[in-house]
Amino acid sequence: MSDPREYQTEAVVIKKTKLGEADSILTLFTPRLGKIQGFAKSLRKPKSKMAGHLELLTHSTVSFSRGRGNIDTIVGAQTVNTFLPIKNDLWLTSCGLYVSELIHQFTAEHQANFGLFRLLVDTLDRLCRAENKELVLRCFELHMLESAGYRPQLRECVVCHKTLEQTNNYFSPAAGGMLCPNCSTSQPFAYTLSVNAQKVLRLLQGEDFSAATRVKVDTTLGREIENAIGGYLKYLLEKDIKSATWLDTLREQRLHFKQTP
Amino acid sequence: MSKQEPITPASDAIGRLVQEFSKLPGIGPKSAQRITFHLLRSPEEKANDLAEALVSLKQRVNLCSICCNVTETDPCPICRNSQRDISQVCIVEQPQDILALEHTGVYKGLYHVLHGAISPTEGVGADDIRTKELLARLQNHTVQEVILATNTNMEGEQTAMYLSRIITPLNIKVTRLARGLPFGTELEYADDVTLTRALEGRQEY
Repeated sequence: MSDPREYQTEAVVIKKTKLGEADSILTLFTPRLGKIQGFAKSLRKPKSKMAGHLELLTHSTVSFSRGRGNIDTIVGAQTVNTFLPIKNDLWLTSCGLYVSELIHQFTAEHQANFGLFRLLVDTLDRLCRAENKELVLRCFELHMLESAGYRPQLRECVVCHKTLEQTNNYFSPAAGGMLCPNCSTSQPFAYTLSVNAQKVLRLLQGEDFSAATRVKVDTTLGREIENAIGGYLKYLLEKDIKSATWLDTLREQRLHFKQTP
Repeated sequence: MSKQEPITPASDAIGRLVQEFSKLPGIGPKSAQRITFHLLRSPEEKANDLAEALVSLKQRVNLCSICCNVTETDPCPICRNSQRDISQVCIVEQPQDILALEHTGVYKGLYHVLHGAISPTEGVGADDIRTKELLARLQNHTVQEVILATNTNMEGEQTAMYLSRIITPLNIKVTRLARGLPFGTELEYADDVTLTRALEGRQEY
């Protein structure tokens, strides 16, 4: 039996590209269809009925009509969650866009990954509510890597497989995990990680999000963890993450906190 | 099956023009061909007029040194107009936005064109749009209000929030164009963000 002409799915809008005078091509991340693209006609006109429901970082139920080409046409959309606090704050919007860029970069089209969809929605929700937004991002990065098949090994040395001792060990992006001091010379690019950084990373990699984000992390430790995971992400993608550069700009200008009304 | 040979145009001049037209936004190869053959059939003066208009566009149009709008004179007519209110600056993304605002005939202040919006995922940061020129302009203490008129999409909002954060410490009033329901729409189709902002910005009637 042929596929139905129209279908509906939940989706989070992760990318928008302008097309022609007022149309858009949207990249959506869905629970059962993975990353898909959709053509939205006249989305950029002021009277578009779908525009607000298909804004970036919005969780919506989207209806498609199958087209003859590769991209199906979006014929309707209804918001499930707008994540309003994200839309109202500069730092949170930037964090949300960083999350969406990572999802876009680490997924292939039409590869269903329900766990990753759940992680995306949970992360956007946590950004709205959790106190330490940086830890929400780190937690997302580690779980996204696991979901994409790149879980870094943080408990034992990836070369000799011995459990790591409580000392400064090394993280190697090329080896995909930690190295003990004895094996650290076996990889050309490995950077030192303090005992505290290793502990926080392991905690964030675990399942208990609320416990992980209760940890007190000062700026130096935060940067150490961020650089470790950031280096690994960059190694895997073989390019810079554009929105990470923007997050750095905001940090430099001290705009990396939620604005108090 | 052997790969199909591309169809070679009847002459190099035709092929070149078709290629140039098809580089323009919204014009595909077929439209480019249609325009080229239309010009080929038109009188020579028409083609000359078009060529002259194209050359003068790049030679005569520059950016205003004050507001960064496109202009043939520097400063632009709006910045030179002594009737305009110099205490208000309206910030827009593109020169076309000025045309839309001027069409209303309501706003009498000055403008500043950013020539883009901050888009982190596309690698467009604050330094890639005309923020430095704006901040330099705000140093002379004549501006009392900055109106953020960037688009209400994610890039426009991001730009507005960023500018608000860096302009507010300069003790200048920062306002944002009202965001709510567009004229002529039906309430039932409005999304949560629009409705929330429309409710927050409601006015006595």
